[in-house]
Amino acid sequence: MMSAPDRSKYPELVDGKPVVDLDSEKYVKLWHGPQHPGITGNMSLELTLCGDEVVECKTHVGYLHRGFEKLMERRTWIQNFPVVCRIAVPEPAFNEYLYAAGLEELAGIEPPERAQWIRTLNLEMMRLASFLMWLGGQAGAFGNGTIGQWTVTHRDYMLDLFEEMTGGRIYHMYMLPGGVRSGLPDGFEERLEAVLKRVEKLLGEIELVLLHNAVFKVRTVGLGIIDKEMIDRYGITGPNQRACGIARDVRKDDPYLVYDQLDFEVVTGTASDVYERTLVRYGEMYQCIDLIRQILERMPQDGPFHEPLPNVLHWKIPPGETYVKAECTRGEKGYYIVSDGSLYPRRICIRGPSYTHAFPVMEKMAIGTDIADIAGLMVSLHTYPPEIER
Amino acid sequence: MKQLFERLRPLFAVTDFKQQRADLAFMHIPKDYAEMLIRHLRDHEGFSHLVFFTAVDYIEDGIFRLIYMLHNYETKDTLGVHVDLSRTEAVMTSIHPLWEQAALYQRELKEMFGIDFPGSPGVDEGFMLEGWDEIPPMRREFDTRAYSEKTFFPREGRKKTDPRAHMQEQLYPNEGEK
Repeated sequence: MMSAPDRSKYPELVDGKPVVDLDSEKYVKLWHGPQHPGITGNMSLELTLCGDEVVECKTHVGYLHRGFEKLMERRTWIQNFPVVCRIAVPEPAFNEYLYAAGLEELAGIEPPERAQWIRTLNLEMMRLASFLMWLGGQAGAFGNGTIGQWTVTHRDYMLDLFEEMTGGRIYHMYMLPGGVRSGLPDGFEERLEAVLKRVEKLLGEIELVLLHNAVFKVRTVGLGIIDKEMIDRYGITGPNQRACGIARDVRKDDPYLVYDQLDFEVVTGTASDVYERTLVRYGEMYQCIDLIRQILERMPQDGPFHEPLPNVLHWKIPPGETYVKAECTRGEKGYYIVSDGSLYPRRICIRGPSYTHAFPVMEKMAIGTDIADIAGLMVSLHTYPPEIER
Repeated sequence: MKQLFERLRPLFAVTDFKQQRADLAFMHIPKDYAEMLIRHLRDHEGFSHLVFFTAVDYIEDGIFRLIYMLHNYETKDTLGVHVDLSRTEAVMTSIHPLWEQAALYQRELKEMFGIDFPGSPGVDEGFMLEGWDEIPPMRREFDTRAYSEKTFFPREGRKKTDPRAHMQEQLYPNEGEK
């Protein structure tokens, strides 16, 4: 029988927090980021180490703070479209959709049915592209850098399609209030299907080299377990929540756009560790492909894709407030919009899932983790700093 | 949600109920009862999810309006609780014992609006601004353009040229102004 490890040299825990005396020379302070391949974007973790083990973690943001929410208060409603899409670089479309949906609700605009389908298609394509980027990071954090090159290549195929559909590869400014800026180009469906087949083939290969890889499994099974009790206490949403068996998904629970007309089940897991979160997101990538195919099959082929708007240069939104939300790759994303009836927003507050995942959740989970696993743990929480420091 | 409001009215001094959508409503409560109401909503009405917590500056009325956005996963209802604070006495009871992420929102509100939450962990540490010595930047009276011009321009060694004159000089240096 194995004896319990000797932890007498580790700091004493008081109220779940270690008492660290840096002058004792037993500990090392280490900055993990902002320039580090294992950090998710422009942020950093201030780690205190005892041997290889993290005993304290503090998240720092502010490296790319541009004051988006403040900027938006000084711009007209329509001028904010180039701003909102920059609030999550790998998946700007969710910001565009939510900002447009919030304005539509306050202004009483109903987008045409075809626009709703095209928006859903755009969001699911965005989800797949974002997951491809995450998958590369998750594999790379455990030493499988080649997988990152494959996934980024395939994300680029998706970006080619976005360029064709919207004119922009990263920032599209495609979903405006009232609908979308254009319909689908001729032959787009066939080209999209060809890319989906390539992504499907890639996922099959990555399953063999990553999910069945002994090193990846040994390092990720049992790492970073999120207890069920933490979910509401920390405001955890998205795959991080679903990996512990809670089947909540905004697309299913509060359907928006045309999600109520699509057939899908919420992907869940049980073990709630890094490996399980990888499996859940993996399942959601296949689900994305399936949803895109359903949309292409069922969406109306003609009809208007945009409702006429008043002169947007002088557009005053009626006074009011609302909160609209959507399921992005990381969980619940929402826009709280307040209008005072003027040409400018009174206040816009963006609710990004990374806010809680990168701060209280990461700071708690890092404690007791081996320094070598910190990057993988962080990527498994899937955080994007711009939505923290809006 | 109207039923919820009617149920809460005798218990707490809630007012100004507004149903924005079937699944979204707002109500107002005085500052002194807010923490009790929010605790009640979490523990007895199923609003277990703190969606976000922020503020709106109504400078013309001399108030900050706090918005506690709560969600009930069972009924799928979202409720925004409004609390008005005087701008001159912007202090509020902390809700960090209720949700772990609340302390972070409160840290942000302290830095960005200057609203204090005594006892909230790390509330004085700052959220993201380093070396900030201006008024809290999300307050309405903070003038972003004036700050930018004062801080970033003009500064020594930086020149400003009129775009038209510059292009004229670059492309047609010998033709003179037309």
